[in-house]
Amino acid sequence: MIEINRQGEVWVFAEQEDGVLSDVPLELLGRGRELADKLSVKLAAVLPGKGVAGLSADLGAYGADKVYVVDDDLLEHYQSVSYTKVLCELIQKHKPQIVLYGATAIGRDLAPRVASKMRAGLTADCTDLQIGDYEVKRLDQVHKDLLLQVRPAFGGNIIATIVNPDRWPQMATVREGVMAMPSRNGKVAGEVVRESVKISPEDLAVKILDRHRAAKKVDLKASRVIVAGGAGVGSKDNFQLIWDLANVLGGAPGGSRAAVDLGFIDHDHQVGQTGTTVRPALYVAVGISGAIQHVAGMSGAAKIVAINNDPDAPIFSVAHYKIVGDLNDVLPRLTKAIRTKC
Amino acid sequence: MAYNSIVLVKQVPDTKAVTGKAMNDDGTVNRAALPAIFNPEDLNALELALEIKERYGGTVTVVTMGLPSACRVLRAALCRGADRGVLVTDRRAAASDTLATSYILSCAVKHIGDYDLVLCGRQAIDGDTAQVGPQIAEKLELPQITYVEELHSIEDGVMTAKRNVGNGWEKVQVKLPALLTVMNTANTPRPAGGRLMMQYKKARSLSELEQDGGSAADAEKLKAKGLLIDQWDLDDLKADLQWCGRDGSPTKVHRIQSVVLTATEQKEVEPTDDGLRGMVHELISDHTIG
Repeated sequence: MIEINRQGEVWVFAEQEDGVLSDVPLELLGRGRELADKLSVKLAAVLPGKGVAGLSADLGAYGADKVYVVDDDLLEHYQSVSYTKVLCELIQKHKPQIVLYGATAIGRDLAPRVASKMRAGLTADCTDLQIGDYEVKRLDQVHKDLLLQVRPAFGGNIIATIVNPDRWPQMATVREGVMAMPSRNGKVAGEVVRESVKISPEDLAVKILDRHRAAKKVDLKASRVIVAGGAGVGSKDNFQLIWDLANVLGGAPGGSRAAVDLGFIDHDHQVGQTGTTVRPALYVAVGISGAIQHVAGMSGAAKIVAINNDPDAPIFSVAHYKIVGDLNDVLPRLTKAIRTKC
Repeated sequence: MAYNSIVLVKQVPDTKAVTGKAMNDDGTVNRAALPAIFNPEDLNALELALEIKERYGGTVTVVTMGLPSACRVLRAALCRGADRGVLVTDRRAAASDTLATSYILSCAVKHIGDYDLVLCGRQAIDGDTAQVGPQIAEKLELPQITYVEELHSIEDGVMTAKRNVGNGWEKVQVKLPALLTVMNTANTPRPAGGRLMMQYKKARSLSELEQDGGSAADAEKLKAKGLLIDQWDLDDLKADLQWCGRDGSPTKVHRIQSVVLTATEQKEVEPTDDGLRGMVHELISDHTIG
C-alpha cells in the first residue's frame, strides 16, 4: 500500500491491444476528468505496450493531462505478471490517489493482482464514481474527499457505496459503456512521461501460442435504437417479432440475460450489468420483467417503451411509455404503425 | 506424471432468491436468510480438476472458507470424486473483503503445500467480482490463467489451455504450478455419484460433530473411517491477523441502498392501433425516431 497522498493524481489504465486503444479507458478519462478537477489534481493515463507512444495524443485529446508511456518489446501482449509489475512500480513511484481500470477481460485479470501486491482496496464493476466524505461515527472520524465507489451487489438487488479510507491507492473497475464517452477536444497530448520498468523472463511465465480476436458482430452501444426481448417472448422463433421491429426502426435487437440463457439470442446482444450497458435514444423492452441487473444496463436510455402483459412488471417503473398487452398482438401492430408513418 | 490440484470453492447465497431480510443493518449479507448453494462456476473448476485426476493421476483437495455450515459444499465435492475436503472457519475471518479472503485462502493453500494446480471458478454469483483468484495467484507468486475454457494437455509439467477473453481467445502455455480460473463453458459438471454419496453422507467437520453433540471419541471413529473433514482456523494457518477479517479489508461499506429506479414521467398507452399510432407520432415529433 502507499500512504495517503492528497496531491496524488487520478490515473486511468490505458488498455490497448495491437496498438488500438479500447473504448473503456477513453470513457474513464471522461469521469476521471471530473474527479481530478474536484480534487484539483492532474489526470494521467498509464500506457504500457510495444510501440504505443503514438496513442498518447488520443489520450490527451480525451482529457489526460499526462501520459506515462512504458514502451517495451516485452510488453507487446498483455500478461498478468509483467503488466502488474509495471503498474505497481509506477504506483510506488508516483503515488496516485485513484487508479481506474476497465472491467474488461484484461482489466479484471490485472486490477486484482495489482490490488493484492499493493495491499490496496479494489471495487469491481462500479456504476458510478464520485468524490465525497466518509464519516465513521463510532470513531468520530471524517475522511474527506474519498472516491465513492458505487456498485450493484447481490445480484443487483442493492446498490452499495464502497470506500477505501486508508490503504491507497483507491482502485475501481468499470464496465465498458457505463461511463459516457467524452467528446474529443482539439488539445494535443499533455505531458508525455517516458518510464521504463525492467521486465525479466520470469515475468513472462505464460507463453501465448496463438491468439484470435473477433470483431464484435453487433455494436449495441452504437445503436440509436434497441429493441430487446426477454423470457416473455417465449421462443427463438417468436424472437423474429423483435428482429422485425428492430429492422423497421433501423435499430439493433437485444436480449435480457434470461433470453440469452434460454438461447433466444446470442450473448453479443445481451443488455444489462453482465452484458452491455447501453444508453440509446430509444429502448423498447418486450417481455422483459425488469430484473435490476437488466435495468441497470438500460435505464440511461433517453426514451423507454415497455411492453408486458403483467401490469406490475418492475420494468414499467423506468418506462416512459407503458403498454400492457400481449406482445404477440402489440408487436405486429407497432411494427405496422411505424412502417406506415415513417 | 501425476498432478495434485487444490480447488477453492465457495458456498454462496442463491441471489435469485433474495428476500427483504437478506441484508444486515451494517450492510453485510445476512447469509442465514437465503438458500445456500455451491457457487456454479466452482463446480466447473472442480470438474476440471477431476478430469485432470482421471487423465493424469494425482489428487483433488477442495477448500472452502466460511461458516461451519459451508461444509455442505465440501461433502458435495467429495460425492463428486474429490479426495479431501478442508474447511477454513474462524470468527476472526468474518467481514473479510476479497483481499483479506485471498490472504486467508493463500495461507490455506500454503498449509496444504503439495500442489501443481490451484483452480477457482471464474467468479462467485454473490459478488461477481472475479478478484479472489488473481489475488491468491499474486500472494502465492504463481502465474495465473484466467477464463479457462479448455485444457488441451499437461506434458512434463507444462500445461496448454485455451482461455476466453470475451472478444476472442488465446491458447497459452505455462509451466506448473499455476492458478486457473474456470468458465462455465469449460465443461458440464458431473452429478454426485451414488456410491460416493453413500460413502460420504456421514462425513462431518469437527464443528458439525460438536453441534450434533458428538464426542471426541466420535471424531476419532470418523477419522479412522476417513470421514472427518479437516477444519482449520486462522491459528492453524499461522495467518497474520492484521491481514484478516475487518482489519485486513481495505474496502469499507459506506452506504447500502435498495434499488429504486423510476422514470420521470410515464404515459400509459392502450395496446390498440390508435394508441400505438399516437405514441409513434410523439416519438417522431420529439425526434426520438426519424
